Amino acid sequence: MDMNTEESIDAAVGLAIHTDALNLWYGDFQALYDVNLDIKKGRVTSLIGPSGCGKSTFLRSINRINERLGYVRIEGAIDVFGNNIYAPEVELVQVRKQVGMVFQRPNPLPASIRENILFGHKLHNRERKYSRDDEDEIVEESLRQVLLWDKVKDNLRRKATGLSLEEQQKLCIARLLPVKPSVLLMDEPCSALDPKGTAAVEELIWELRGKYSILIVTHNMAQARRASEECIFMLMGKVIEHTNTADMFVTPQHQETADYIEGRYG
Amino acid sequence: MSDTELIANPFLETDLNVSAKRTEKLFKILFMLMAGLLILPVLIILTTLVVKGGGMLSFDFLFTNPTNGMTEGGIFPALLGTVWLVGVALIISVPVGVAAAIYLSEYAADNWFTRSINLAIINLAGVPSIVHALFGVGAFVIFFGFGTSILAASMTLAVMTLPVVIVATRESLQAVPPAFREACWNMGATRWQTIRRVILPNSVSGILTGVILEVSRTTGETAPIMFTGAAFFIPVLPQSVFDQTMAMSLHLFVVSTQVPHVPEGLPYGVALVLIAMVLLMNSASIALRMYLRGKKKW
Ligand SMILES: Nc1ncnc2c1ncn2[C@@H]1O[C@H](COP(=O)(O)OP(=O)(O)O)[C@@H](O)[C@H]1O
Ligand SMILES: [Mg+2]
Repeated sequence: MDMNTEESIDAAVGLAIHTDALNLWYGDFQALYDVNLDIKKGRVTSLIGPSGCGKSTFLRSINRINERLGYVRIEGAIDVFGNNIYAPEVELVQVRKQVGMVFQRPNPLPASIRENILFGHKLHNRERKYSRDDEDEIVEESLRQVLLWDKVKDNLRRKATGLSLEEQQKLCIARLLPVKPSVLLMDEPCSALDPKGTAAVEELIWELRGKYSILIVTHNMAQARRASEECIFMLMGKVIEHTNTADMFVTPQHQETADYIEGRYG
Repeated sequence: MSDTELIANPFLETDLNVSAKRTEKLFKILFMLMAGLLILPVLIILTTLVVKGGGMLSFDFLFTNPTNGMTEGGIFPALLGTVWLVGVALIISVPVGVAAAIYLSEYAADNWFTRSINLAIINLAGVPSIVHALFGVGAFVIFFGFGTSILAASMTLAVMTLPVVIVATRESLQAVPPAFREACWNMGATRWQTIRRVILPNSVSGILTGVILEVSRTTGETAPIMFTGAAFFIPVLPQSVFDQTMAMSLHLFVVSTQVPHVPEGLPYGVALVLIAMVLLMNSASIALRMYLRGKKKW
């Protein structure tokens, strides 16, 4: 594939997230340095790098959760689908709606599976009354998308906290979907799961590709390799390399990337 | 350009956001108002006391005996008496309460014995102070034969504060993460070694401050000491725990209601000193907490 066709594909795909000289400080400590990234729409992009290199920090600035800490300062811009989410007229709630986040430990609410799925939906659709049938449909649709429907369809009233960790994590993803997010952020979504659960969640992430733009932080090289199309390598708050996953693992362009991938540090 | 970019900016405020934010603001203001309301009684009490009783304060007021049927002179015997009563009560209730809390938090299994102790603690905390007073008379003054004395009164206070000491201590102990205990056991430490080396050092700030805070409240108790050790008027200072004594709380009651021709400022002055004693203990406990927090390692 020559350069021209590749560029035209990129243009057609469009950008989900674009950052421009993003710098972030926790108090006096600078955690991100001039991050310039273009993350494509509908792709699964993985974010790798040693602990403390700023992966979570970057992720958390895309749904503006960082700023809850009073001492965080951000410079630069983050555009999500072409709109700067740090613009003064932006409504935080809308950002959180568009940009869903999945955490390391599954955090279902202490309620039934059904209520978990409908929680966000009800928050954001208070002006319309939904019938039971509509709600049932939403629940089924969301659970089907995360490949959980067949397993729990007869137990929708069961406590969500009683599910296995793998199922809980899938539920946490399903819970975001009725709100119709366009970007899903996942911060080490499999690190609390066993290998079987990890494989199942990876399969799900692969399944959601195309419908959502997914950015996933992982410590697991094999996972980055298997479950992502593009890969970003970060080191000490800087982006070192961003390419197709296949290329990164076969022909890394930087010595640091090669060292990290081969397990020489991190 | 993709279709998503063509539609309007999805991050702008919607009508739904506006109404949600209005409700949000309403509740915040409501809650803030209620929290602010709390300051009001404190302010009113303190200003009244300072305005009306501030003039009474002097070295002589604090450090001389009351004279002329308690309508003149100072409050020294009452001041010292309260220090005695609270001090002895602390000496009794803290070791007992802390030990009991350590047992309940670190050793006790969940069985009928533990549950009945917990039930006893809850019930003890609910007993009205006048009942404690009568219990104190029966148990300490008469049965143990301490007579009406500082010892009997302080023991009554100690029994009364025991539940809060236990609860405050237990909460501090339980705030130490279970992982610390497991780490110790895993290296072959016994329970006592774990408590001694890890749990107590990490909870002592909470225990001390909780305990001081709770006990300082007994400074103002009147009923439990009235029949057990505090006296109306004794012009001599107590020499040992077997003496009777005057006390600030009872003295305030007496000069406010029992003695004729008391100058108007006197009761306010007594109340001001009493409150100052409690605030002083509270500040000491907060200072202690800050000092010990600074040394904490997690
Ligand atoms: N809330 C915070 N306050 C101060 N420093 C933080 C905070 N969160 C993270 N950091 C620091 O920022 C750097 C990046 O952290 P993080 O984004 O969590 O790294 P990663 O997810 O790649 O392991 C680290 O050095 C970390 O110590
Ligand atoms: Mg992280």
